Amino acid sequence: MFLPPLIYYLIFRYVPVVMAVVISMMDYNIYKGIFGSEWAGFKHFIDFFNSVYFGRLLRNTLMINLLSLVFVFPAPIIFALLLNEVRNSLIKRMVQTISYLPHFVSTVIVASMAVTFLSPSVGLINNILVQFGMERTNFLLDPNYFWGIFTFMDLWKTLGWSAILYFAALTGINTELYEAARVDGANRWHQTWHITLPGIAPTIIILLLLKIGHMLEIGYELIVLLYNPNTYLTADVIGTYVYRRGILDANYSFASAVGLFQSVMGLLLIIIANKLARKYSETSLW
Amino acid sequence: MVFRRMTLGGLAFSCINALVLGLIVVMTLYPFLYVVSASLSEQLYIQQGRIGIIPMGFQLEAYKRVLEFPMLGRSYLNTILYTALGTAISLVLTVCAAYPMSRRDLPGRKLMTSIVLIPMLFGGGLIPTFLVVNALGMRDSIWAIVIPAAVTSFYVFIQRTFFEQIPLELEDAAKIDGCSMVQTLFKIILPLALPSLVTIGLFYAVNEWNSFFPAMIYLNDEKLFPVQILLRAIVIQNQTDQVLVDVFDDKNLLSESIKYSTLVVATLPILIVYPFIQKYFVQGSMMGSIKG
Repeated sequence: MFLPPLIYYLIFRYVPVVMAVVISMMDYNIYKGIFGSEWAGFKHFIDFFNSVYFGRLLRNTLMINLLSLVFVFPAPIIFALLLNEVRNSLIKRMVQTISYLPHFVSTVIVASMAVTFLSPSVGLINNILVQFGMERTNFLLDPNYFWGIFTFMDLWKTLGWSAILYFAALTGINTELYEAARVDGANRWHQTWHITLPGIAPTIIILLLLKIGHMLEIGYELIVLLYNPNTYLTADVIGTYVYRRGILDANYSFASAVGLFQSVMGLLLIIIANKLARKYSETSLW
Repeated sequence: MVFRRMTLGGLAFSCINALVLGLIVVMTLYPFLYVVSASLSEQLYIQQGRIGIIPMGFQLEAYKRVLEFPMLGRSYLNTILYTALGTAISLVLTVCAAYPMSRRDLPGRKLMTSIVLIPMLFGGGLIPTFLVVNALGMRDSIWAIVIPAAVTSFYVFIQRTFFEQIPLELEDAAKIDGCSMVQTLFKIILPLALPSLVTIGLFYAVNEWNSFFPAMIYLNDEKLFPVQILLRAIVIQNQTDQVLVDVFDDKNLLSESIKYSTLVVATLPILIVYPFIQKYFVQGSMMGSIKG
């Protein structure tokens, strides 16, 4: 019974890993195949590390992720805590239901909305700016705005859905703890700090670990939809670069090397993060 | 609760809280309402920035054009086909992986779990996967869309958790009554696990419906394009002329309205089913998280 998924995993998950290692050390020619292509050693890795792209891609990938860690990661926690304080269950459920909505909308639609709203001539945002006496700006052609735009869109799309797990964790907290605390004279702030937050801490840590594990491979699909040569300076990340060099330019070996670098770094990050989590808390992935 | 009274600080907090949550609701809904309103408005008013959530200069011409566009129907059918077939394949493979993993007495359980877990931590990346699909001759076919991303390890683990909640005694009883393993699965386990199958199936279906990246890299034949690729071409790459091909005079008067109408047409199905499926999603995610 496990055979069909086993075959699936071997072909589409494990063979690519082996291929990544082999191809990145070759000058892979798609017509000659793995057995006919020439070996190249670490040439592609060295080329990548020495190229101007290396620093830029690493900076962009890390910055976009760092922004996400600082703004997009805590937002659902705060949202869940705020909503938890609402006593009216009808309002609570309504806000919650509305907040999930963007999750069900595809990346293409979210990107489409951004493109139409930010359009310099007819977009909503520029129309509003003009009414406040400001100048029209072509946001999507200016590299200075890309990180901000991306972070905002990421936040908009994921806020409500990411909060689900925290809602689940919040309902799991024993209500007797709150009653005991109130008897001891704890106000709402004390209760949040000493009961609610410790109660959802394991969930926070697990999600943080998973997030760190995927640090380097952030939503490059969304970036592919939004960026253009004008904004490569800030918008190009490792994932989009692999796509351009590999799929569009057919530089399979070089792109595989870059992709492998990304996977190895991701694995290292999650191992380190998991070690730290084990050391400083009782929660870890393994 | 009985002796809780509103302090000044508590009141201030409630007000600010309501304000913040209200803002989140408005920020979430406004873009959708604006898109609908713009799709029904004349381009002139969109340009002047005069519309909000109420359409101005009401017109349906843009919708007429979009719906008459022959590629739209075809790409819609493609998306429906990919979603139906993809979800079926994904579900079968996921059940085949999750069920053996959930049987506590089965030898090799640990190995199976590792096989599913490792790809969550480490993968070959985009290019080798692309080359595998290429080598298998799947490009420019429906298989490139529904097979390579068929199993999501995370969903396998959620499904396993659901299966684990079914008591082992039930299976033993079935075995004593003479059920084979396959019979037990189809007659006892799957019916009992139906809610979870619906949930996981919906997860897969929404992903498949929204997916565009595989179509972008594996498909060259326009006849195979799903809706998302069409949407990208019209709205993001600004190819509104495709839709307006035979009309030259009003091209500039409609192109923006066309974009918004296309957006509505592409978003609508998911918004219509959303209220009905939302409940399952929430249950599924919560289940996965608590027991995960």
